[in-house]
Amino acid sequence: MGGGLSNGKSIGDVVLDLQDISLAFGGVRALQGVTFDVREHEIRAIIGPNGAGKSSMLNVINGVYHPQQGTVSYLGAKRHDVNTHEAAVQGIARTFQNIALFKGMSVLDNIMTGRNLRMKSGLLAQAFRLPSAEREELQHREAVEQVIDFLEIQAYRKTPVGRLPYGLQKRVDLARALAMEPKLLLLDEPMAGMNVEEKQDMCRFILDVNDQFGTTIVLIEHDMGVVMDISDRVIVLDYGRKIGDGTPEQVRGNQAVIDAYLGVSH
Amino acid sequence: MSDGSVDTFPRLLLQHAVVRALHPAIREKDLGIWQTWNWGQVSAEVRALACGLAELGFRRGDSLAIIGDNRPRLYWAMTAAQCLGGIPVPMYQDAVALELEYVLQDAGIRFAIVEDQEQVDKLLECRERATGLEHILYDDPRGLRHYKQPFIKSLDAVQELGRSARQPDFIEREIKQGKPEDVAIMLYTSGTTGKPKGVCITHSALINAARGGCGFDRLTAEDEILSYLPMAWVGDNLFSYAQSLMAGFTVNCPESGETVMTDMREIGPTYYFAPPRVFENLLTQVMIRIEDAGAIKRGMFHYFMDVARKWGADILDGKDVGAGKRLLYALGNVLVYGPLRNVLGMSRVRVAYTAGAAIGPDLFRFYRSIGINLKQLYGSTETCAYVCLQQDGKIKLDTVGIPAPGVEVKIAESGEVLVKSAAMFKEYYKRPDATAETIDAQGYFHTGDAGFFDVDGQLKIIDRAKDVGKLANGAIYAPNYIENKLKFFSHIREAVAFGDRREMVCAFINIDIGAVGNWAERRNIPYSGYTDLAQKPEVYALVRECVEKANAELALDPALCDSQVHRFLILHKELDPDDDELTRTRKVRRGFVAEKYNVLIDALYSGKASQFIETQVKFEDGRSGKVSAELRIEEVKTFAPATAKKAA
Repeated sequence: MGGGLSNGKSIGDVVLDLQDISLAFGGVRALQGVTFDVREHEIRAIIGPNGAGKSSMLNVINGVYHPQQGTVSYLGAKRHDVNTHEAAVQGIARTFQNIALFKGMSVLDNIMTGRNLRMKSGLLAQAFRLPSAEREELQHREAVEQVIDFLEIQAYRKTPVGRLPYGLQKRVDLARALAMEPKLLLLDEPMAGMNVEEKQDMCRFILDVNDQFGTTIVLIEHDMGVVMDISDRVIVLDYGRKIGDGTPEQVRGNQAVIDAYLGVSH
Repeated sequence: MSDGSVDTFPRLLLQHAVVRALHPAIREKDLGIWQTWNWGQVSAEVRALACGLAELGFRRGDSLAIIGDNRPRLYWAMTAAQCLGGIPVPMYQDAVALELEYVLQDAGIRFAIVEDQEQVDKLLECRERATGLEHILYDDPRGLRHYKQPFIKSLDAVQELGRSARQPDFIEREIKQGKPEDVAIMLYTSGTTGKPKGVCITHSALINAARGGCGFDRLTAEDEILSYLPMAWVGDNLFSYAQSLMAGFTVNCPESGETVMTDMREIGPTYYFAPPRVFENLLTQVMIRIEDAGAIKRGMFHYFMDVARKWGADILDGKDVGAGKRLLYALGNVLVYGPLRNVLGMSRVRVAYTAGAAIGPDLFRFYRSIGINLKQLYGSTETCAYVCLQQDGKIKLDTVGIPAPGVEVKIAESGEVLVKSAAMFKEYYKRPDATAETIDAQGYFHTGDAGFFDVDGQLKIIDRAKDVGKLANGAIYAPNYIENKLKFFSHIREAVAFGDRREMVCAFINIDIGAVGNWAERRNIPYSGYTDLAQKPEVYALVRECVEKANAELALDPALCDSQVHRFLILHKELDPDDDELTRTRKVRRGFVAEKYNVLIDALYSGKASQFIETQVKFEDGRSGKVSAELRIEEVKTFAPATAKKAA
């Protein structure tokens, strides 16, 4: 699996730079002075024990939370506090730990919502099916079909998402995010609750997305085997602080990381 | 339909490209939309591909491996190879590298055209030992961007090469050189015993089979077929390739293996072929959904299915049925059968065939009773799947019909079925010994099946000649017949019966994880997987009930009364082709299974109540692991012939 990375992949410039980020909810300090960057075309993993601040970090990146301290630079420019909509417009898409899809809607319609931001024609034009609106829908449908083909979910186009098994719902969640054609893709535990075979499939899809579309990926994952196999660089959080950062080999040998995961006698 | 002067497949293609250039030849669903190529376009595509292959060094007499799902370009690859006087060798797409390697070496293959990355990877693995393989050409570029080996090329590139490098009349000259007695295709038999053998079939044999079949069922260019069965299987070659090129009808390639049901509904084929297991799976899915439906729908379904069972088949055969019954059936047609045919994608089916294994009578009756003209045929790879066909209106449940036009069938003294026809294979590749063993001096092919002609001149196949045996008390024992009885129950996926030279019949059962899983969920029975579910006492009770019903039916037939199943167990794993327990066409390898699970058979006959077993299994990704379980063995009620009537 790791072989996929050695295929002449070229890591580019820094696309996302987080400096000295601190975030607190009342007395709870979720993140404390965390600094790291994400380079173009890389797969960047965030790992750490429960409550380490991983999901908070993703929420900072796509504008759900605004840090009390620190700066976020995106695509070379310093970013002011943005909301989630603005982050999406800027090309940041994400999937969620506990799947955020419309359960009663078909797979196709769910993925179509990923194209929402790119639709130009107004509500009325769509309601009356004006030729321009129809043309646009066809274009978007084609983009969605590309994603369906890519993630191999042709058999479920018309199936309501709620009727699909969990592993497939996760795949649809990824499809919806991909339909946005994001520059930066945030994956929150894409493999949680999956069996070995589903995990392998998901790994392959993540590597393929990264390879074929050149999408930069930041992912949170608990399965260490997966993280070490597919990521280019790994950052380790513990109690809101960064305790390790580097390639999978470097992180694996880092004493602070080993202590955080295996526990240490005080 | 083409007459006799057009006698090779490339010539048939050229003829269609002139006669019906704009008629749809093949369709494929891509990005959710059906894409169509007409005969003129197909001819141009094949030409470009053939020129490209020639440019890469493909020569007359070369073999071309073809591996993948049913894709237009893989079908075109067959014709392209034939244009150049080469021999396409389609292989099963789910075969593991080792199996491919054997064929690659045996057939001395230099060129392979495959569907996607998965197959390329397998061939790269083979290539370490099958060193003769020089070119790997692929259809779908996904994931192959980083493969820098010079011998791996996309079909796009090969066709481009062909378009630019060769003169237009090059292909015509090549096609002119082809002769009807050339080998058109080589198919490796799945081989229930021993290593697979390459069956060489000539243009003239396959064309004879196709012409005979098209005439028999009056197939025209307006027919539609959905091609979803493995290209390596003789049936797909006859129906989707040879007959399509003969009659000029449209071949439809499904989007993927999982979308076949949807694609069936969208295309609405008029001509349909499936082995019994596909009909079985379809029926199982219908039954699952009916069990999940509301009480009114369920009641209506069962009431009208009862009506259909009584008179449906007779109405389809045009027999005399009373007006009141016809009216009731017509009502059922509006409320149940019509919608059901629609859900199955069979609303337009004019001719449907099944073959490949004996179909359970009840399964067969089900489809005919809801108005689908399902018929049986009999044939094998060696006979181009063309020996016997059932005529419209003269359908029997337990026969395979009359000898097809141009085929002579006779029964040997041993009961074996012998065949002689113009649609016969030429030889087993490089195996004159095996060829001499199966084709006798008078030119009869020995099928290895036991059968006889009934009073109406229809052939009845009982079982494989070598499988038919006797019980200890001398009664006839036909394991397939018993297994089919069991397999009709939607909860039972596979059964293996034992009883030759024994005092009673015992059986292994594989439950259908879909049907039984659904059944368990509705009863709130938790389970972790197949092995766990299979050993639940509730599941054993369910299966025992099925076996008892089968016993009751067996008891009605005086000849088979002694074949009732006395004891059974549910296996801890599903029988799987990857573990060599089934052939790729999913027939049980009886001898292998018996040997592998010898300890279980001993337990069945020694009266034990349970037996521990541990088995090595191969997973889909090639890794292997162990499955173990303590298997329960249960007794089943058997019936005396006299009391059976009541229970059945």
